[in-house]
Amino acid sequence: MKEENNGNSLKPENRQNILPHQNIFHHQKPLKKKPIFWRKLKAGMMETLSLVVLAVTLGGMGWILASLLQEGASVISWSFLTEPSKPYGVPNGGIGNALVGTLLITLTAAVITVPVAVAGGIYLAEFGKGTRLANAIRFCANVMMGIPSIVVGLFIYAVYVIPTGHFSGFAGSLALGVIMLPLIMRTTEDMLLLVPDTQREAALALGMTRMRATLAIICRCARGGLATGILMALARVSGETAPLLFTALWSNTWCDRFFTAPTANIPVLMTEYTTNSPFQELHAAGWGAALVIMACILVLNVTVKVLCKTN
Amino acid sequence: MYDRLFQKLCFTAAIIVPVLLFAILIRMAGSSAEVWETFGFQFLFSSEWNPQTEQFGAFPAILGTLLTTGIAMFFAVPLSFLTAFFLNDAPDWLRRPLSQGLDLLAAIPSVIYGIWGLFILVPVIQKYVQPFLLDTLGLRALPFMGTDANGFGYFTAGIVLTLMILPYISAVMRDVFRMTPTLLRESAYGIGCTRWETARDIILPYGLRGFLGGVFIGLGRALGETMAVLFIIGNVMRTPTGIFDSGTTIAATLANNFAEADGLMRSSLFALGLILLVLAFLVQIPAQYYLAASRRERGEG
Repeated sequence: MKEENNGNSLKPENRQNILPHQNIFHHQKPLKKKPIFWRKLKAGMMETLSLVVLAVTLGGMGWILASLLQEGASVISWSFLTEPSKPYGVPNGGIGNALVGTLLITLTAAVITVPVAVAGGIYLAEFGKGTRLANAIRFCANVMMGIPSIVVGLFIYAVYVIPTGHFSGFAGSLALGVIMLPLIMRTTEDMLLLVPDTQREAALALGMTRMRATLAIICRCARGGLATGILMALARVSGETAPLLFTALWSNTWCDRFFTAPTANIPVLMTEYTTNSPFQELHAAGWGAALVIMACILVLNVTVKVLCKTN
Repeated sequence: MYDRLFQKLCFTAAIIVPVLLFAILIRMAGSSAEVWETFGFQFLFSSEWNPQTEQFGAFPAILGTLLTTGIAMFFAVPLSFLTAFFLNDAPDWLRRPLSQGLDLLAAIPSVIYGIWGLFILVPVIQKYVQPFLLDTLGLRALPFMGTDANGFGYFTAGIVLTLMILPYISAVMRDVFRMTPTLLRESAYGIGCTRWETARDIILPYGLRGFLGGVFIGLGRALGETMAVLFIIGNVMRTPTGIFDSGTTIAATLANNFAEADGLMRSSLFALGLILLVLAFLVQIPAQYYLAASRRERGEG
């Protein structure tokens, strides 16, 4: 674009008018001369500053992780992980039921969402590629990734919790599923587009139908990428709290009534224990739960990294 | 035969996304209809929130959301640019662990930011940062400092939000830095520009749309963030007078009041949700536009 702007002044008929001392970039201010040591000093200062900023940011993260370890590690024990949570005052409370609940809610969300999201991604990458409709759908998916998760929680509350008349773990799964849908769909599309067209052509040349080519060849080529996308989406939603406040809520029982009653889960347990109670013991349990879920998310992230490397 | 069915199935799956998007919008509008009928647009500008007299207004929450977001963006945008600037030129053995550290920052769930803010950061801000800023530096005289200064409030929430959105903005900015043609950068070095001058005068204008896209992505995240803010905002329904005041945001009001709400109050909470949704749309549309434009400029997609 710069060439276009300057193109006129460099045409032969104009060139003779330019005297050596004139600035040919008429549209620009003449450059001010700054001493070189000042410029070097400034560059050095900005580079140091950027290093400091990075150190402070990562220091903040280190601070968070260190507080988690310091406050949470002491309560972690086998019984803490396996006992169900109990009301304040009852000894030996744990987070066993919340762990099971979080697992149940997240996996149910994945079971509902993954097939739909992957099929949607296949449409965007294979069948609708380049059409106006596919572009519109992709735009909607991108916008949907930016919807605050609490609004999704409100939505599920309005369309599922109010009509059925009760909070339930399944409602929580629906909310998390809505959040996961655009995430998985977009990564699926991106991963399928990485598969070279020669693979598609080769598969079709063998006489395969589009369906067989897509499922047996293209998805298989991209399966590492698809798994990465799904795991990343799981890691992202497993710590989501806001949508669960309106859907899964919270309970002290094991998750035996997943579809009809409030279901225990880690994020809401942490919220309840740390904000709504004045008791030190519960605060410590909240930190412990935070440490456990952080560890799970770290493991998921490292798995993703390793998967990426092997592909 | 099966082939056609499969294609139809995929198409149906894809069309669910726009359908859901509009369903969310319509449901929010539908559930909050009562409020718009009762208060009209006055709901947006009234600062009264009284469940007993059934008077509801969204003004303090809207202003609080904008204020915390503003504080977060004020810190996060220049800081992300600097981190991207550093990581772009850093040697490989340094860049890889540091970028992964930033990615990890984005993976921490917001509720953990909230707990950390509540138990660790709020006391530090109250004991050291606020006295330092207000008394040692004498900033109390400024009109926008607020009166509470008890550690909770917009300022602390803004700091935590900064940490939360910085990795998102920084990731987009790192991409833009990396995608700037090497030719441009080397030409700049060739005529004697320093690294900082190259970043500021060459890469920043060249990748401006990409940078703006990243800024809007961060803005969107900061607007809708619930848990981190809920723990440290103070949860007082009043119009802010300064950055150290306790207050509330739209998302925090929703999470805090929903349990005991019904009737007109529940409807006004849905109305707050609708406002948040519209704000998110207003931010997402330029974000997607700028990101798409910057991708096109670089010849991808």
